[in-house]
Amino acid sequence: MELYQLTLKETQELLAKNPGKQGELVQTLTNRLKHVDPKVKAYINYDQKRVESQKNGKANGILAGIPISIKDNIVTQDWETTCASKILKGFIPPYDATVVRKLREAGAIIFGKCNMDEFAFGSSCETSCFGPTHNPWNLDYVPGGSSGGSAAAVASDIAIAALGSDTGGSIRQPASFCGVVGLKPTYGRVSRYGLVAFGSSLDQIGPITKTVEDSALMMNVLAGHDERDSTSANMPVPDYTIFLGKSVKGLKIGLPKEYFVKGLDPEVEKAVKQAVKVFQDLGATCVEVNLPHMKYAVAVYYIVAVAEASSNLGRFDGVEYGFRHESTNLRDMYFETRNQGFGAEAKRRILLGTFVLSAGYYDAYYLKGLKVRTLIKQDFDQAFQKVDLILGPTAPTPPFKIGEKMNDPLSMYLSDIYTISANLAGVPAMSLPCGFSANGLPIGIQLTAKPFDEGTIFRAASVYEQAAKWYERRPKL
Amino acid sequence: MTNQYDPVIGLEVHVQLKTASKIFCACSTQFGTEPNQNTCPVCLGLPGSLPVLNEKVLELGIKVGLALGCQISSRIKFDRKNYFYPDLPKAYQISQYDMPVASKGNLTIEVKQDNNEFIQRKIGITRAHLEEDAGKLLHEGVRDGSWVDYNRGGVPLLEIVSEPDLRSPEEAFQYLVSLKAILQYLDVSDCNMEEGSLRCDANVSIRKKGETKFGTKVEIKNMNSFRAVQKALVYEIKRQTEAVENGEKIIQETRLWNESKGQTFSMRSKEQAHDYRYFPEPDLVPFTVSTVRIEELRKSLPELPKARMERFHKEYGLSEYDAYVLVSDKDLSKWFEDCVGEGVNPKLVSNWIQSELLALINFKKYSIENLPHLTPKRLAGLIRLIENGTINGKIGKEILPEMLEADKSAEEIVKEKGLVQVTDTKLLEEIADRVIKSNQKTVDEIRSGKPQAVGFLVGQVMKETKGKANPKLINEILEKKLAPLSHGKA
Repeated sequence: MELYQLTLKETQELLAKNPGKQGELVQTLTNRLKHVDPKVKAYINYDQKRVESQKNGKANGILAGIPISIKDNIVTQDWETTCASKILKGFIPPYDATVVRKLREAGAIIFGKCNMDEFAFGSSCETSCFGPTHNPWNLDYVPGGSSGGSAAAVASDIAIAALGSDTGGSIRQPASFCGVVGLKPTYGRVSRYGLVAFGSSLDQIGPITKTVEDSALMMNVLAGHDERDSTSANMPVPDYTIFLGKSVKGLKIGLPKEYFVKGLDPEVEKAVKQAVKVFQDLGATCVEVNLPHMKYAVAVYYIVAVAEASSNLGRFDGVEYGFRHESTNLRDMYFETRNQGFGAEAKRRILLGTFVLSAGYYDAYYLKGLKVRTLIKQDFDQAFQKVDLILGPTAPTPPFKIGEKMNDPLSMYLSDIYTISANLAGVPAMSLPCGFSANGLPIGIQLTAKPFDEGTIFRAASVYEQAAKWYERRPKL
Repeated sequence: MTNQYDPVIGLEVHVQLKTASKIFCACSTQFGTEPNQNTCPVCLGLPGSLPVLNEKVLELGIKVGLALGCQISSRIKFDRKNYFYPDLPKAYQISQYDMPVASKGNLTIEVKQDNNEFIQRKIGITRAHLEEDAGKLLHEGVRDGSWVDYNRGGVPLLEIVSEPDLRSPEEAFQYLVSLKAILQYLDVSDCNMEEGSLRCDANVSIRKKGETKFGTKVEIKNMNSFRAVQKALVYEIKRQTEAVENGEKIIQETRLWNESKGQTFSMRSKEQAHDYRYFPEPDLVPFTVSTVRIEELRKSLPELPKARMERFHKEYGLSEYDAYVLVSDKDLSKWFEDCVGEGVNPKLVSNWIQSELLALINFKKYSIENLPHLTPKRLAGLIRLIENGTINGKIGKEILPEMLEADKSAEEIVKEKGLVQVTDTKLLEEIADRVIKSNQKTVDEIRSGKPQAVGFLVGQVMKETKGKANPKLINEILEKKLAPLSHGKA
C-alpha cells in the first residue's frame, strides 16, 4: 500500500509512530499529484515550495504533518485565492480563514487549493475559469460541484482530506459523485470567517474525507465558536470520535415520502433502498416521514441564495483587488470589470438576485422565500420529533457527463434537489458512498440530523460504512 | 411681494459615535492618521471577512435614543443597503432599515419670534439608526488618478431623522444647536462638522399658507456648518417660491449646496435615484436587548440641556433665554457653574459671559474649553473686585482681554497698572470742584432743569481719574455740590 492511499486516521497513526515519515508522505503525495492531476485537474494552485516551507511547522497537534487541501474559496494568507473566477485572479489574501488557522494550529500542512465552480455557482465544477475538474472514476464525467476539486482530489488519493463549502449541496453532491464522505455541518457549527461568501445564511465549510472516521477527526479541529463570525454558535463541541462505531440498534431513521418520486434515477433508488436494508439489518427502525414543503426547496433556494450572492459579489468591482478593466471612467471600469471578470453562471445569479431584491419585487420573491424557508425548517422540526435521522439519496442521479447540463441550468439546479433543504433548514447532513451505477460511477446516500446533532450522523454513518465497506473500491488512475 | 408660502423642513443628521474602535471590527477610529492605516480585512470588505457588532456602538445609540425621548427597539437587526461606489468596499453599507434602534422621539427648541420673545417648539424625531461610515475618495494632492482612504470606513454612525416639523431656516439652525448640545452632554460624539463627525442633509418643500398637504420635497446636501444649512435653506426656499410663482413644478431631486456661490445645484432626480435593494444582513444575527439593560442605560444618562436650563433658571434666577444660551454648550455651562462656584453672583457671571466673554471669544476664534489663560476662578476674581469696589465695571471690561491672553489674575493686572478705583472722597471733591468751575455752561443747564446733563460732568471727573473713579461716588459728590443751588433757585 502506498502512503498516499492512507486515510487521515492512518496517516495520523503513522506519523505519531514515526514522525520522520512526514517528508516521505508529502513527497509521495506530490509525485502522485504530478502523475494524476493532469488528468483529474483537481487543483488550481499547487506549489511544492510552499508545501515544503510548512513542513517544519508545528510538531504537536492532532494533524501534525498531515497535508490538507483547501477549496479555493477559503482564504489562505499570502496564497492566491481565486474562487475559480477571473475577477479574483491575483488576489493574495492578507489573512487566513479561521478554519485554515485552526488546521495550521493543529499542525496540518496546507497542501493546495482545489478547483470549484466559479464562486461555488454550479453542481459540476464546470463553471471554473480554469476549466473543469474530471471525475476520477471516469474522466468523461463531472465530479459534481461546487467542491468538485476537493472531492476529486480525495477520491484520487492526491489529498489526505480536504475542505469544501456547501451552500446547497456543494460538499455532499460532489462527495456522492466521487465516492467519498462529505459533511455539511449545522449552520453555525464551523466558522465562516474567511470563506468567500456565496449565500451567507446558507454557507457552511465542511470536510471531504475518505472515511467517516476521518470526517469526525476533521470536525474535532474545525468545529467551534469563532468570535469573528457572529453566526457561529457559542455551544460546546463534543469529541466526535466517541460516536464512531456505536450501534444503531433502536435508532429511528425517517425516509421522506417526497424523496422517492419521479425524477429519481432507478439505479440510485435501488442503491439507497439497499442501504436502508443494511440499516434495518443493523437494528435501526426505518419509517416513512413527510417533508411536505420539500417541493418548494429548489425554488426558494434560487431566490434566497442568489439574493445574498448578488449582494456578496458586489465587492468585486475592480477597485481594491483582483481583476480590473482600466478606464478613466468609473462606470466603464465597473461595467467592463464585472462583464469580463465574471463567467456566465455568476452573471445569471447576480442578475436573478438583483431582480428579486428590487423595489416592488422584494415582497413577492425574497420575503415570500423567507417565509417558505421557515416552513421547510418546520418540516424538519416535525420530522425530527419522530425520528433521529433522515435518510435519502444525495443526488437524484449518478454523475453526468461533462458538458451534458451546461446549457440547461434548470436541470443542473435540480441535481441539488435533495441537498438544498438541509441548507435552508440549517441542519447537518452527510453524503457517504452507498454503491455504484452499472457503469461504475459512485452513488451516495445522505443522512440528515437535527441541528448540532452531527454525532448521530457519525454514529450511523460509521456503522453503515463498516458494514457496507464501499470505501474499499478505489478509482483506477 | 407678500410671502404666501410656508416652508416645510426635515433634517437628517449623521453623527459619528465616539468609540475607540469601529462598528464592526477592532480598527481604531482615530481621525487624521495616514491613509488606510486604520484598516483590516473587515473594514476593507475583503472577501471572506465578516462583521461583528461593537457593543459600545449600540450602547451609545440607545443613549441618544433615550435622551431624545425615543422608543428603543428591543430587537436589534441590521440590513444591507446595496450600491456601488469606490468608497464603499463591500458595495453595500450595513445599516438599519425597517427596525431602527430608536424611533418616535422629540426635541424641544427655543425659537426667537418677530417680537424678540422666545417660544418653545417640540420637533418630532422620526428615527435614529446605526450604520457604518464609508471611506473617503482623494482626487487631488496624491499621485495620478483617484485614491481611496478607508480609514473612515466602518466608523460608527447614528443617523437621526427629524419629522418635517421645522418651519424656518432659523428653526433648523436651532434644532441643530439643541441636538448638538444633547450629543455633547451624552459625550457620544465630537460633533465636529469640519472633521465630518457631524453631517446634515436637509429636506425642504414649500406649500401655500393654510395648506395641509406637503409639497414636493428637495433634498440638499453638502453643507459643512450649521450656518450653511440655514443659508442653503434660505436659498432653496427662495428658489422654490420663485419657481412656483413662475408656474414651474418642483421636481423631486437631490441638490448640492455650493458655499462659495451661495446656491444649490441639481445633482440627481428621483428617476436617477438608487434602488438600494435593502435586505436583512445575514452576517449579523438579530438579537434582543433586555428592558433591564435599557433601563440601566436610562439611569446612566447625565443631566441633559433641558433639565440644566430649568435648573439654571430656578437655582440661579437666570432668565430662561440666558439659561438656554449657557446650556446650549456643555463646556460653557460647566464654565459658568465653575465660576458661580467661586461664590460670585450668578446673574453677574451670566452677564459677564454673555455680554463680554462670548463676543471676545468669537472675535479671537477661541473656544471656551481652551482659553489661553482665563479660568472661571479668574473671572470670579474680576467680578469680586468690582463687587467690593476695588475697580469699576468699565475698568473690568478693559482688562478682560488681557486676562484672556496673559497668565495673570485680575488683581495682579489692577495692581500692576494702578487701576484701583479712586474712592478718596476728598480727592474726588477737589476734581469735582475743578470740573464744575470749568464747565459752567453744563452746570447752568443742569440748574435750569436738565438734570441728565450731569452725565457729562461725571464723564469729565472720570477722565481726570483715568477712568478709575468710583462712578457711584462721583454721582453722589456732584449731586451734593449742585443740589443746594438748584434747590435754591427753585
